[in-house]
Amino acid sequence: MQVESFQYDNKTVRNFAIATIIWGVVGMTVGLWVALQLVFPTTLNLQPFFSFGRIRPLHTNAVIFAFVGNGIFMGVYYSLQRLLKARMYSDLLSKIHFWGWQLIIVAAAITLPLGISTAKEYAELEWPIDIAITLIWVVFGWNMFATIIKRRERHLYVAIWFYIATFVTVAVLHLVNSFELPISLFKSYTWYAGVQDALVQWWYGHNAVAFFLTTPYLGLMYYFMPKAANRPVFSYKLSIIHFWALIFLYIWAGPHHLLYTALPNWAQSLGVVFSFMLIFPSWGGMINGLLTLRGAWDRVREDVILKFMVVAVTAYGMSTFEGPMLSLKSINAVAHYTDWIVAHVHVGGLGWNGMLTFGILYWLIPRMYKTSLYSNKLANAHFWLATLGILFYAIPMYWAGWQQASMWKQFTPTGQLKYQFLETVTYMRPFYAMRSLGGLLYLTGAILGMVNLFKTIGKGTLVANEDAEAPALEATHEKHKGEHWHRWIERKPTLMLVMSLIVILIGGAVEMIPTFLVKSNVPTISSVKPYTPLELQGRDIYVREGCYTCHSQMIRPFRSETERYGEYSKAGEFVYDHPFQWGSKRTGPDLAREGAGNNKKSNAWHFNHLDEPSAISTGSVMPSYAFLIDHELDTATTASKIKAMQTLGVPYATGYAEIANKELMDQAKLITANLKQDGIEVGSNKEIISVIAYLQRLGTDINKK
Amino acid sequence: MSVFIILIITSVLVAGGFLLAFLWSVKSGQMDDDYTPSIRILFEDEVASKKYPNNNETI
Repeated sequence: MQVESFQYDNKTVRNFAIATIIWGVVGMTVGLWVALQLVFPTTLNLQPFFSFGRIRPLHTNAVIFAFVGNGIFMGVYYSLQRLLKARMYSDLLSKIHFWGWQLIIVAAAITLPLGISTAKEYAELEWPIDIAITLIWVVFGWNMFATIIKRRERHLYVAIWFYIATFVTVAVLHLVNSFELPISLFKSYTWYAGVQDALVQWWYGHNAVAFFLTTPYLGLMYYFMPKAANRPVFSYKLSIIHFWALIFLYIWAGPHHLLYTALPNWAQSLGVVFSFMLIFPSWGGMINGLLTLRGAWDRVREDVILKFMVVAVTAYGMSTFEGPMLSLKSINAVAHYTDWIVAHVHVGGLGWNGMLTFGILYWLIPRMYKTSLYSNKLANAHFWLATLGILFYAIPMYWAGWQQASMWKQFTPTGQLKYQFLETVTYMRPFYAMRSLGGLLYLTGAILGMVNLFKTIGKGTLVANEDAEAPALEATHEKHKGEHWHRWIERKPTLMLVMSLIVILIGGAVEMIPTFLVKSNVPTISSVKPYTPLELQGRDIYVREGCYTCHSQMIRPFRSETERYGEYSKAGEFVYDHPFQWGSKRTGPDLAREGAGNNKKSNAWHFNHLDEPSAISTGSVMPSYAFLIDHELDTATTASKIKAMQTLGVPYATGYAEIANKELMDQAKLITANLKQDGIEVGSNKEIISVIAYLQRLGTDINKK
Repeated sequence: MSVFIILIITSVLVAGGFLLAFLWSVKSGQMDDDYTPSIRILFEDEVASKKYPNNNETI
């Protein structure tokens, strides 16, 4: 057995670590900013670039893909090399991966405030960035699998399985969900419409949580927690069961984001069943993590790294208990659209991802720099600030969420809704303030962590290439020595078959999916008609401004909702919606029937409300959209948008693209004339006119004869 | 709702891929030892540098 000498690449790990720290602080700062926007809506919404609707996606994308994303790569690049006893396959690929990912993050940070967004939650980035993500993801996978192939350790430790699952599943999710038709460099329409789009989006959205925020971090937990505690994981067998059970259950849970919506009921039930089953592997894993510290709990008192990890795993347990509970229809009926969900995701994000990331960083940085942590005291201060921060964040939001749901659903003895929507908004303000305090504490902790880690880096020197030795992997002789050659050649055709099958499937899918989807979009309600060109343009502004971050467009079949918003939403009403705009949160009221029934308001009301919401609704936290009055509508895009919609199967008459702008102006003039009667002078070429047209159209078709 | 077909096929393919991976891992003996891997990862032998004596680098 020949012992081979090689070096682990620590430089890439270090780079990802620094990126994790910096993007973490940036992402959390933006988070604090959006939280405070709900407390001080007029001062902190810097229109148009830094309004809530535009930078809330910036916050989510930054913490998920920049903070946690870099955290994943940091941990994977460190642990994978050591678990496989091999240097990463290619330094060049590592470098491309690192810089490519950072460029994507910068691109996201520029495009989102500019309003370049697909309005699909956690997948807001437009198509050129989607392509870049695909390429860099392939680079990551290539580097990882090539390292696995040249490994010096036969056994694949359970963490590696988690990494593989992350790579494969995120790749599939991203590809399927990002199926879009570009109409210009920065604008595309998703191929899916309405209910179909909603289902694909939440199939993606849930699995983004599962395979970006959970599985890779579980892999990290199974490596770094035993390392930090210097004792083996409680049960390796359980960790393997944890992995395989999780993998086969997670992918079916997505529809629990669409309970009581227009999604067919059987799909909702499927999502509920799988979501509930998830509690078993999740808790198995959580218990496995905590029991790793059995007999070492005295060390948790002293070792700040273990403290971080214990809170992280506890938070994992809490959110994976809450997740299945929230997936039950009766609980979901209460919690959906409320701030409860915001509390839930932050227990997961701040607790599980955040605390584990910092625990790993405190363990990793001193090790790679051959030094000790700059200050244990500072790290302890960070720990307490972060832990208190999570509590100050989650408790007010849980309380608020319950209260909000109760107020929405409460009737007076005479059967009237007890509260105006606005009353629930003003009720929430103090809770929003308290939650911001929690966020501030957490962010302060993170900044202390940043200082501590950078000071540690300053006093040490990076071992860029760490020497290691391991025996080369022996060729697999398995049971029958003589069969080796035979088996080898036998495996190749199978591999070839599988590979060609995949290629054929991708090719077939790319050809079939568009026609498939377009055909299945035949309207089920004949009175539902495509948007007029003006409404379509207005809708795209609605998308651009991220209105979906606060307003849902999906009325669930409950009396409390039909009383407040009108007839519950039907699947057939959304067949022309590319993308769907159902939303997931009601910081503001539902808009699905904004133009219909009792909700219908005058054009002047909408104009004044968009201009200065708090002037119309005292206590409103909606930012002012006065800039829509000044901005001119870009009508040069109308024809290409209509054509794109025709490609997607929206039944505009042939040649309609050419006359679309004329119709657009006619409709705009009607609205401006109407506004003039109410004493409002505005040019019919302004963006606000199209937004009003869109809002007035919402939910009206179903009652047309 | 043909998107169901797409999503189900995709999900089944992913699950099927992992099922194959699972079968491979069982057959190739990945699961035979469910104890030592957990111990093994704790040992990291430090090696004195021979090839690159001066490979230390600051940021």
